[in-house]
Amino acid sequence: MPCPLNGWRNITEFACGGEVIDVPDPTSCSDRAWADYLFMENNVRGVVREWWLHVPSSYWFIAERNTATDEILKTYPADEIFNQQVDYPSPRPSPSRVEGGNLSLPGKIIPSPLEGEAQGKGEDGEI
Amino acid sequence: MLKKSSLPLSLPARHFSGQGRLKSRYDVVIIGGGGHGLATACYLAGDYGVTDVAVLEKGYLAGGNTARNTTIIRSNYLTPEGVAFYEESRKLFAGLSNKLDFNVLYSERGHLTLAHTDAALRTARWRAEVNKHLGVDSELVFPDEIAKLCPQLNLSPDVRYPILGALYHPPGAIARHDAVAWAYARRAAALGVEIHTQTEVTGLKIENGKVTGVKTRRGDIACGKVLQAVAGMSSEVARMAGIKLPVKTIPLQACVSEPVKPFLDPIIVSGSLHVYVSQSARGELVMGAAADPYPLYSTRSTLEFKEELMMHLLELFPFVGGLKILRQWAGMADMTPDFSPVMGLTPVENYYIDAGWGTWGFKATPVCGKRLAELIATGEVPELIKPFELARFHRFQQVGERGAAAVGH
Repeated sequence: MPCPLNGWRNITEFACGGEVIDVPDPTSCSDRAWADYLFMENNVRGVVREWWLHVPSSYWFIAERNTATDEILKTYPADEIFNQQVDYPSPRPSPSRVEGGNLSLPGKIIPSPLEGEAQGKGEDGEI
Repeated sequence: MLKKSSLPLSLPARHFSGQGRLKSRYDVVIIGGGGHGLATACYLAGDYGVTDVAVLEKGYLAGGNTARNTTIIRSNYLTPEGVAFYEESRKLFAGLSNKLDFNVLYSERGHLTLAHTDAALRTARWRAEVNKHLGVDSELVFPDEIAKLCPQLNLSPDVRYPILGALYHPPGAIARHDAVAWAYARRAAALGVEIHTQTEVTGLKIENGKVTGVKTRRGDIACGKVLQAVAGMSSEVARMAGIKLPVKTIPLQACVSEPVKPFLDPIIVSGSLHVYVSQSARGELVMGAAADPYPLYSTRSTLEFKEELMMHLLELFPFVGGLKILRQWAGMADMTPDFSPVMGLTPVENYYIDAGWGTWGFKATPVCGKRLAELIATGEVPELIKPFELARFHRFQQVGERGAAAVGH
């Protein structure tokens, strides 16, 4: 597998961390939504986007691979998707919390200064 | 002199007649012609008189995980729910050849789960006590007794992981996996069940939250009830019904050696070393190890798997170093987060599920068939399978089964 940090390494050096999915806000989501997040799997036969770990260097990254053909299509650093800082909310729900967003982590998303200025978005900008 | 033509030419009888056309409607459609689906069809027809049943199989009969396991039967699990369930299955297995009039080569060997660490010994003691409390023959034994049960084992302390003890389960057995499926198929067919191979299900007809039909490559059929028993493809088939499962499809590999004279009576398992081995009736060593490290819909074999398996196997039996591998294969296992199956009711009315069979499916074949048939025929969920319902995940009531095979302890 081509590791974005270490180059080509044997597959036995890597661990699969599961599909890249939305994380519901644990402070406000229902128990059912949380159980879905914890236990239910899309388990797609085809192209999936997953977290992978290069164990010896403890480096997490994203891989796109085909689960039907056992082909790795693409690997890249996680910051190509998660390119904005995440502010985890306090346990009390706050009205300014950002909802949804395809790949958003819970909490208020603070856009990077560059993107915020260039696109003129407020603090509710999406990834 | 006997003429050749006067010899009784006993052509082997077909197990069941060839398939005809699909009817336009069945009371029950079973998706998946493996051991579980065929057993369910057999008990539906035999115990409940439900004979208007079609078993639809994408490929050939019992060519999925029924043909790809290591045929071990045991009930020395850890959770009370698991022990009760697998004990009923073991008892059904023991009487299966007689009941179905078909030799499934059921062979009680004794089953040793080796412990190489204090933690594994503790788990073995825990399992033994749970087992005994529930009436299952199971005991913790130490190297002196292990030497009597299996003198071939390398019990030397001069290895990387010396054997400290073992969980001994005398009723542990093996059976011929194909014969189990054929026996159920033959009896089911004799009772009127239709078995259609090369009949892939491509969709489901669901109206007002209730399943009413099945779309296949050979045409659409209407139906009363549907059971999906397609371990390995469970998530993809459940998706047709709009159901999401707590399942990852992960390959489980295995292999056999060339056949040799019988030398290994008991089934030897090591959870810590990730290896299990038994000698088949043909003399082959049937060997398995850990499940693959990542999800995949494939039955390919890998060198990494065999390197790890052989490394540990040679520590237990150094003298098999000269044996060659004869065959290798893999099955696509439905791994669940709690190592227990998912069976019973679903959010879709009249749609039943039999999934999440990870590395523990073959040994459950008879009990699954019997209890799912009871559920489908009566509409009542049997107590024995209630703990394994899909809804347990939304109640946070998993059945953490650390007695499962191919699972690190």
